[in-house]
Amino acid sequence: MGLFVAQLLTGLANAAALFLVASGLSLIFGVTRIVNFAHGSLYMLGAYFGVMLMQSLPGAVGFWGSIVLSSLIVGAIGIIIEICVLRPVYRAPELFQLVATFGVILVIQDLTLMFWGAEDQLGPRAPGLKSVVRILGEPIPQYDLALIVITPFILLGLWWLISKTRVGILVRAATQDREMVGALGVNQSWLFTGVFFLGSALAGLGGAIQLPKGGADLLMDLNIISAVFVVVVIGGMGSIVGAFVASVLISVLNVFGVAYLPQSTLVLMYVVMAIVLLVRPYGLFGREEKAGEHGQAGEPDRPIRPAGVRGRLFAAALFLALALVPVFGSNFTQVLLTDILIFCLFAASLQFMLSTGGMVSFGHAAFFGGGAYAAALLVTYADSPMELAFLFAPLAAGLLAVVFGWFCIRLSGVYFAMLTLAFSQLVWSLVFQWYDVTGGDDGLVNIWPSAWLSGTTTYYYFTLIVGVGGIIFLRHLIHSPFGYSLRATRDSARQADATGINVTHVQWAAFATAGAMAGLAGGLFVFSKGSVFPNELEIEKSFDALIVVFLGGVKTLSGGVVGAAFMESVKDWLTRLEYWRLILGLLIIGVVIVAPAGIVGTLRGLSERLGLRWTGETTR
Amino acid sequence: MLEISALNSFYGKAHILNDLDFSINRGEVVALLGRNGAGKTTTMKSIMQLVHPKSGRVSFDGADITSLPSHKIARLGLGYVPEERRIFSDLTILENLEVGRQKARKDAPVWTVEALFELFPNLWERRNNRGKAMSGGEQQMLTIARTLMGNPKLLLLDEPSEGIAPVIVEQMAKTILRFKEEGLTVIISEQNLHFARIVADRAIILESGEKKFDGTFTDLENQPDIRDAYLSV
Amino acid sequence: MTAVLKVENLVRAFGGVKAVNGVNFEVAPGELKALIGPNGAGKSTCFNMLMGQLKPTSGTVYLNGENITGRPPRDIWRRGVGRTFQITGTYQSMTVAENVQMALISYHRRIFSIRSYAYRLYREEALALLDIVGMADQADRACAILAYGDLKRLELAIALANEPTLLLMDEPTAGMAPRERIRLMQLTADIVRDRGLSVLFTEHDMDVVFAHAHHIMVLNRGALIADGTASQVRNNEKVQEVYLGGGTLYEQEKANA
Repeated sequence: MGLFVAQLLTGLANAAALFLVASGLSLIFGVTRIVNFAHGSLYMLGAYFGVMLMQSLPGAVGFWGSIVLSSLIVGAIGIIIEICVLRPVYRAPELFQLVATFGVILVIQDLTLMFWGAEDQLGPRAPGLKSVVRILGEPIPQYDLALIVITPFILLGLWWLISKTRVGILVRAATQDREMVGALGVNQSWLFTGVFFLGSALAGLGGAIQLPKGGADLLMDLNIISAVFVVVVIGGMGSIVGAFVASVLISVLNVFGVAYLPQSTLVLMYVVMAIVLLVRPYGLFGREEKAGEHGQAGEPDRPIRPAGVRGRLFAAALFLALALVPVFGSNFTQVLLTDILIFCLFAASLQFMLSTGGMVSFGHAAFFGGGAYAAALLVTYADSPMELAFLFAPLAAGLLAVVFGWFCIRLSGVYFAMLTLAFSQLVWSLVFQWYDVTGGDDGLVNIWPSAWLSGTTTYYYFTLIVGVGGIIFLRHLIHSPFGYSLRATRDSARQADATGINVTHVQWAAFATAGAMAGLAGGLFVFSKGSVFPNELEIEKSFDALIVVFLGGVKTLSGGVVGAAFMESVKDWLTRLEYWRLILGLLIIGVVIVAPAGIVGTLRGLSERLGLRWTGETTR
Repeated sequence: MLEISALNSFYGKAHILNDLDFSINRGEVVALLGRNGAGKTTTMKSIMQLVHPKSGRVSFDGADITSLPSHKIARLGLGYVPEERRIFSDLTILENLEVGRQKARKDAPVWTVEALFELFPNLWERRNNRGKAMSGGEQQMLTIARTLMGNPKLLLLDEPSEGIAPVIVEQMAKTILRFKEEGLTVIISEQNLHFARIVADRAIILESGEKKFDGTFTDLENQPDIRDAYLSV
Repeated sequence: MTAVLKVENLVRAFGGVKAVNGVNFEVAPGELKALIGPNGAGKSTCFNMLMGQLKPTSGTVYLNGENITGRPPRDIWRRGVGRTFQITGTYQSMTVAENVQMALISYHRRIFSIRSYAYRLYREEALALLDIVGMADQADRACAILAYGDLKRLELAIALANEPTLLLMDEPTAGMAPRERIRLMQLTADIVRDRGLSVLFTEHDMDVVFAHAHHIMVLNRGALIADGTASQVRNNEKVQEVYLGGGTLYEQEKANA
C-alpha cells in the first residue's frame, strides 16, 4: 500500500512539467492553428536558463525567482519566434508551418550548445525542500510534494485566465472564429503574439521547475515533445483540463510501468493513446476539428505527365553515369552513393504519400527502420538467408503501415501528423526497450548480404537497381489510375466521394504502399551497413525525410529524390562544421519564407523561362 | 459618410461585385436589396475587408479604408453584423458581448451591457448561457448587441430578418427604427421588401453585383418594372 | 411509370432545429425539376441527404424504386446519380480531360489499377462528354486556370460520366453572369431531352427557374409549401408571402397605410 501511494505521488509530481508544456502547446494551437514542434526546445531553454540563474541567485528566493525569470525569458524568446518565423507563414499551408517550427528546433539546439556546451547540467536542489517526507513508511521527496501542490494552482490560474479575464474571452473567441474577432475590432496580431508568449512561458516554466528532478541536457527537447504530443492527443487539442488529466494519466502510468513492466514503460503510453483514439478520435476532452489543409493551400499543383523524350534521356544518362562510377570512382564514392540512393528511395516513398496523397506524415522513419529491423530480426533469429530477409523488409513495413494507417487516416492535418509521429515513437520505444529481442541501444549486428552481393561494388549495383527501380515504380504509380485517384482524394475528397471513389481505401492503400517502399529502403540500408540501431527509427530520421522532400519541392514529383541527393551529398561536408544544425535550421526557415517552391520547383520555374520542356505532351 | 467607388470583388473565380458605386449619408438607413447571390453580403464584407476587393475604393469619413485590416476598420466605428451571425457558441452571452466591447465614441451612440439588455430583454434572461442553446432570433439579437458593444457610427446589418420568426422580425424592425432615432447610420441588406420599406429611407437594388436602382421607396413604387425585374418572384 | 426519385417524409434535425421537416416529393423520368426557397430554407440540407453527404434523421429516399437512404455518396453515385456542387469540387491539379477521365476510371472500377497511364485511359469517352458541354476544345487545359462558367460546364460533363438516370445540381448557375446562366441551363435542358435523364436542381435565379424547369417545388423553413408548374407556383399566395415577406409585419404595414 505504501509503495503504491509513493508511486502515485511520484507520478503526480512528474506530471507537472508535462502538463506545463502540453498546455502551452494546446493554447498556441487553439488560437494560431499552428502545432509548434519547437515547443520542446522552449522547455529545454527554460531548463538551461533556470540552471544558469539558480547558480547566481542564492537561497529560496533565488531559486523560485530563477524559475519565474526563466519562464519570462523563454516567453520573450517565444515572441521573437512568433514575429520572425511564424508571422510570415500564418497563411501558408500547414506543412510549411510545421517545417518552419522544425527549423526552429535545429537553431535552438545549436544555440544552446553554443552557450552552455555539450555537457549535461545538474539541476540544483530546491533550498528548504531537499529532504524526504515519510508517507506510509515510504520516503517521498519534499520537492515532489511541492510540485503536486503547485501544479493544480497553475491549472487553476490558467483556468481563471482563460475563463474569467477579457484576454481569456478573446482567446476563446479567436479559437472559434478568428476573422469575426478581427471584425469586432480586436487586433489579432497582438492576440497571437500574446498567446505565443504565454504558451512559451509555460514551456519555459516546465523546463525550470523540473530542474531538481531532472537537470538540463541537449536531448530533452525531442524527448519531451513526443510525450507532449501523446498528452495533447489523449487530452484533446486545445483543452487545458484535458492536458492536465492526460499528463497525470501518462506520468502515473509511467511510474507504475517502471515498477511492474520495466520493459514496456514507453510502449504503454502509446498503447493507451491508441485505445483512447479508438474510442474518442479527438481525445478525451477534445472535439471534432475541421480537416486541415493537407499542405495543399496556395497555388494548386499543375497537371502532370510522364517524362518525355528529353526527360527520359536525361534519366537514362544519369543512370548510366551512376553505373559507370565503380569503373572510375573510389570505394568511398560507392559507399556514399549507396547511402544517397537509399535515402533517395526513402524520401521518394514519403513524397508519394505527402505530395500526391496530401498526407503529411511525421513518422515515416517507423517504416524505414521497421523494414530494416524486420530483416535484421529474421537474419538474427531465424538465420534466414539474406534474399528472404531482404524481401521481408518491405513486406513487414507494409503490414506495419496497414495497421498504423488504419488509425491515422481517420484523422487529417496536424492530427494526422502528430499521430504518425506518436506511432513511430511507439516502434522506436519498442525496439529501444525490448532489449532481449532487439538488443536495445546495442542494435542488431552482423546482418551481411549473401556472398554474391558482399563486395562493395556488387552491393552498389544491387542498390542502384533496386533503388532506381523503386523510384521508377513510385513515379509510375503517380501516373497510374491509382495515383490519379489518390490525387483526386487530395484535391477534393468531396468530389472523389461523390464520383464513386472510396477515399479511405485509396488513402489507406497509399499509406501502406509508401510504408512498404520505405521498408524496401530500410532493407537496402541494413545489408549495406551490416547492422541497425534504434536511431534509424528516431524522430530525426522522420524529419530528415520530410526536410529533403520540402527542400526539393513539395509540389513536384522529383523533389524528394533531388532533395535527398542534395542533402546526403552536402551532409558529409556540413556535419563537419561545429554548428551545422544552426545553418540547416536557418536554411529551412529561409526556404519556407523565401523559396517555398524548393530546389526542383525553383529550377522548373527557371527552365520554363528558358523554354525547356521535360515532360511528354504538355498542357497548353 | 461612406463612399464606395468602382468596387470589384471576386470569390475565387466568380466575379461577384461589378464596378459598384454608392454612398451613404450620416443618419440614413439604407436598404441593400436584391435576390440571393446578387452581391449584398459581398458588398458588406468588402467594406469590412473580410473580402479583399480586386479594385475600387471604400472611404469612411473621408479616409480611404480599402487597405486597412478589419480590426482597424471596426475601430473606426464600422460595426458589422454578419448574416450567418457567427456568435461564439462556446462563450456565454455576456462573454460574447465582452468580445465586441470598444471605447465610447463622441460622435456615436454609447451602449452599455445594461442598455442592450433593456433593448433585448430575452438576452438578459439567458446571460450566462452559452450561445449554442439559442434560437435563431436570440442569436440574431446577440450578434447585433455584440456589434453595438463597439459603439459603432455605422452599422452594417446583413439580412437581419432572415430565418427568424415573424414576431421577432417585427421586434427587429422596431429596434432598427430606434437605432435611427439614436442617430445611428445603418445599412441593411434584405430580400424582404416589406421589412426594408418599414425601416429604411432609401433602397439600393443589386443584381449580379451591379447597382440597378438607387432611390426612395416612393420612386421604387413608381417603377414597378424594376421591382418586378429584380425583386419579385 | 415509377418515379426516378421518390422522397418520403424526409427529416433532418441539427440539435433541436429541424432543417428539413417532413418533405415528400417525386421526380418523374425525363423531368427537369427545380427546388427553390429562401436562404436557410433547407435546400442544401435536402440535397445533401439525397446524395448521401448527410444522413437523414428519418424518412426514406427511393431511387428507381430502390431504398438508398443513408448510403454513402459513392454508393449512390454507382446507382446512377450524378451531382454538381454549388462550390465546384473539380480536381485542380488535373487537366479538364483528366477530370472527366477520373470519373470514367472510377465508373469502370479501375481506381486501384496500376497497369497503365491514367491520362491515356478513356480519353475518347472523356472528349465525347466534353463535346456535349462544349468543352472539348479546352480538354488539355489545366483545370485550375478555367473560367468559372467553364468549370461549371466541366462539372456537368463529369456528372454525366456514370451514365446517370438522375442529375442533382446544387445552384448550378451561382456566381455566373446572366447570359452564361441561360446557356448552362439551356445545355442542361438539351441533355435532359437527348439522354432522357431527370434533373433536380436548386436555384435562386428565378429567370432560370421559370424559363427552364418543368416543375417547381418551393421549400420554406424545412417544409414544401408548393409543388407544381411555373404558373401554379407563381400564383401561389404562400409563395408570394415567402418571397415578398409578409406575416404580421405585412399586416401591420397594411394597417398603417
